[in-house]
Amino acid sequence: MPQVTLTVNGKTSTVEVEGRTLLVELLREKLRLTGTHVGCDTSQCGACVVHVNGDSVKSCTMLALQAEGAEVTTIEGLAKPDGTLHPMQEAFREYHALQCGFCTPGMVMSAIDLVQKHPQGLSEKEIREGLEGNLCRCTGYHNIVKAIAAAQEVMHGRRSELASAAE
Amino acid sequence: MYDFAYHKPASVADAVKLLSADPDARPISGGQTLLPALKHRLNKPSAIIDLSGIAELRGIRREGDKLVIGALTKHVEVADSAEVKSAIPALAQLAGTIGDTQVRNRGTMGGSVSNNDPAADYPAAVLALDATIVTDKRRIAADEFFLGMFTTALEPGELLVAIEFPIPEKAGYAKMKNPASRYVMAGAFVAKTKSGVRVAINGAGPCVFRQTEMEQALTANWSPDAVASIKQPADDLNSDIHGSAEYRAHLVTVMAKRAVAAAG
Repeated sequence: MPQVTLTVNGKTSTVEVEGRTLLVELLREKLRLTGTHVGCDTSQCGACVVHVNGDSVKSCTMLALQAEGAEVTTIEGLAKPDGTLHPMQEAFREYHALQCGFCTPGMVMSAIDLVQKHPQGLSEKEIREGLEGNLCRCTGYHNIVKAIAAAQEVMHGRRSELASAAE
Repeated sequence: MYDFAYHKPASVADAVKLLSADPDARPISGGQTLLPALKHRLNKPSAIIDLSGIAELRGIRREGDKLVIGALTKHVEVADSAEVKSAIPALAQLAGTIGDTQVRNRGTMGGSVSNNDPAADYPAAVLALDATIVTDKRRIAADEFFLGMFTTALEPGELLVAIEFPIPEKAGYAKMKNPASRYVMAGAFVAKTKSGVRVAINGAGPCVFRQTEMEQALTANWSPDAVASIKQPADDLNSDIHGSAEYRAHLVTVMAKRAVAAAG
């Protein structure tokens, strides 16, 4: 059986997979990182978004073998070892940017990539457009957009702390 | 998904050898179309030939009055390329509207053009810009390349290596996206090129096609008004749950007008 060696959240693993094994299957079933979700399985919903070599991708539409040698970050790799949340996670909590939570890991991973690629800052419209590849069926997106707008201020160092949702 | 053998050759020659030796082997680049098709078991390849390790298939470079883009170039790379933005801004703009961010981070120009999905974006640019498709064996003019739904002039085992885009005087692209899937319902790529004005329509029919009546009108008068009164016949257009052939025919004129306006 073929093997793939990749680094997930800083830890390098070599795993036996089938040719057809998807990256999301490797993450969830072999590495037991079940924070990455499978929603539609047709590359539309974005619940499976992870970062591969710094770019957000849909891990249900990538073969595990295509990740040979890659650096992968999943939702489990965001918080610090002491439990301090990533500013994007903290913003999702503060702004109540989730209801059922199913889409949240993918939303957070897409949002971080979006903010990192736009150091000049994003308008509300650009945030909405940037989330085109992620579907949420319960929040109506408003609080997700607010959370990302607040998180980008912290991620780019324009604010030292997250603006509270009550501000 | 059915299982398959997996190979990752390091050169075009090795990839072609693997593809020629096994008629049921399929190449994969970004996999944004192939993997969903495999999940639906629409296809049962014996082997997947991963092209991602082939350096000679990558890169964007300017060669005189043309832009040469390697088959493995990702949509995001075309959209963000300073070279493409300055030479053919409409092509960079088109690439930035394919699928979503995550699809653009994986999907490639060569994959999209080889697949020739009727609702794909790149075929319209390739046809309207009178591009040349370079394979491991030969050079194919865009007019000879797109043969029908999901069908191209590529022979079994033949690999698309690069696409050469002559730099146009002006070009513009407009499309109407299906509000759910974001696939193209109808799109128009218009270009004023050395070989004349060319208008390519995608999404509306089973295969990208040239709208010659619009080309003639724009040759006489390059303005949105010139195409406003031209009616696209609905006869051979797609009709499905997303829209009737008549609706798509109407969209063709609207998109052509917008594309000319975008080209300036």
